[in-house]
Amino acid sequence: MKFDDEPVPGYSLPVLPGHVSPGRLERVLRAGRFAVTTEISPPDSADPAEVLQRAAIFDGYVDAINATDGSGANCHMSSVGVCSLLTRVGYATILQMSCRDRNRIAMQGEILGGAAMGACNLLCLTGDGVQAGDHPNARPVFDLDSMSLLNIARGMRDNACFESGRGIDSPPRLFLGAAENPFVPPRHLRAQRLAKKKAAGANFIQTQYCFDPATLRDFMAEVGDMGLLEGPDRLHVLVGMGPLASARSARWIRDHVPGVHIPDHVIRRLEGARDQREEGTRLCRDILQEVREIEGVSGAHIMAYRQEGKVARIIEESGVLEGRSPWYPGRDNPAELNPEAASAAGPAATGSGW
Amino acid sequence: MYRVRRFAVRHAHAFERLYAGLEVVLKRSAPLLERIGYQRLEAPVAWLEKHLKGFLFDCQMCGHCVLSSTGMSCPMNCPKHLRNGPCGGVREDGGCEVKPEMRCVWLDAWEGSQRMKHAERIEVVQLPVDASQQGTSSWLKVARGEHGAGGSHEVR
Repeated sequence: MKFDDEPVPGYSLPVLPGHVSPGRLERVLRAGRFAVTTEISPPDSADPAEVLQRAAIFDGYVDAINATDGSGANCHMSSVGVCSLLTRVGYATILQMSCRDRNRIAMQGEILGGAAMGACNLLCLTGDGVQAGDHPNARPVFDLDSMSLLNIARGMRDNACFESGRGIDSPPRLFLGAAENPFVPPRHLRAQRLAKKKAAGANFIQTQYCFDPATLRDFMAEVGDMGLLEGPDRLHVLVGMGPLASARSARWIRDHVPGVHIPDHVIRRLEGARDQREEGTRLCRDILQEVREIEGVSGAHIMAYRQEGKVARIIEESGVLEGRSPWYPGRDNPAELNPEAASAAGPAATGSGW
Repeated sequence: MYRVRRFAVRHAHAFERLYAGLEVVLKRSAPLLERIGYQRLEAPVAWLEKHLKGFLFDCQMCGHCVLSSTGMSCPMNCPKHLRNGPCGGVREDGGCEVKPEMRCVWLDAWEGSQRMKHAERIEVVQLPVDASQQGTSSWLKVARGEHGAGGSHEVR
């Protein structure tokens, strides 16, 4: 979505009354539209073109792009670096920040740096343990947790001060996000924990992969009953999902990736299909359509690791955008084009065809 | 000790009463403690606290004790040092993401809190620990009125 008052790409939008950030994602959500976000896997490279290529394949389908922060405790280009490259050509980004690798001094500095580069959506995460990644002998920091990071970021925004109490001259204008996983134990307490995240400052939530819409429905009903989805400082819940490549990979993810719950019936559906990869994509589309109908859900977050090329089709076929074409560089003015858009065209760039 | 700390969670209600009693005693004896001098008391009390709470709760001496708000399950035993858990990595059997053989510290915390009179304290957002207080006595802070449920380390 491009707004009339949107300036040169890469420059912030005016902050509307009642809004906290100069970003497009907050505008879409507060306008009550079903928002769609996705994530970019940062390259193991110092080449900016790779980042722009990876973003271009989502053109016209997503309202914001998450830049993951050492996801799975694996080392990649930093999320601030990725966001800075993306905002320079006008993409709306969601800066993921994990508490695993930095203390509060580094993180507050990065929040300011990111905000100065136009990264106005911040997703506060605790982060996976270092044992999960390629540097298991690294020292885990965890000076903060996601909740205290949220609280500090809100203080930087609303009270214009660091955690120490020292003042900030020009505070970062941030739309604050957090994660939640309604699909793992203790399921009956996850809504209460969401309430804590709202109290700590969350404006939006992106959930872990959803393969179980029934559990999500119960969770959303509970969240709604608690009044978390009402009022000017309501929570916006974006439900995470993604295509599975095969029954075998689904089993592997279930056994090895912490926090991903895949019910047996999902694996059986994949096993029964002639083309499992295709079925995994259809399954994701079906879940997206089902989630769209659940009361209180504000949007979807599609994580298609190594299957990024499928995101556009999943969104297109689901019809959740209802004809809306989210803004991307060059949509209205060819002069604003992402310089790498042409080289990103075609499924070859994404490692998977149809 | 792992088994003792699980016992403490199972008997969170009794420990909550014990702690409430201890808080009263500490606050009443504040004038006496002040006369002796908190600085002089710090080392012996911290030593006692470390060994007693170490045995009972696997206490890590963070200096910001929140046991009364976390169902008598010490959050510093969480490998991610979460003060507001549990994280999204809890295993289907309740095991920890990082140490699968250990039950999630925060599952214990929520269960323990349900056995306590002040079950609602776990719903309060805890601020990050002050790393400079590592190894210092929480009990003396309670006596000085610097610390405890509803203290300055919580979001209200």
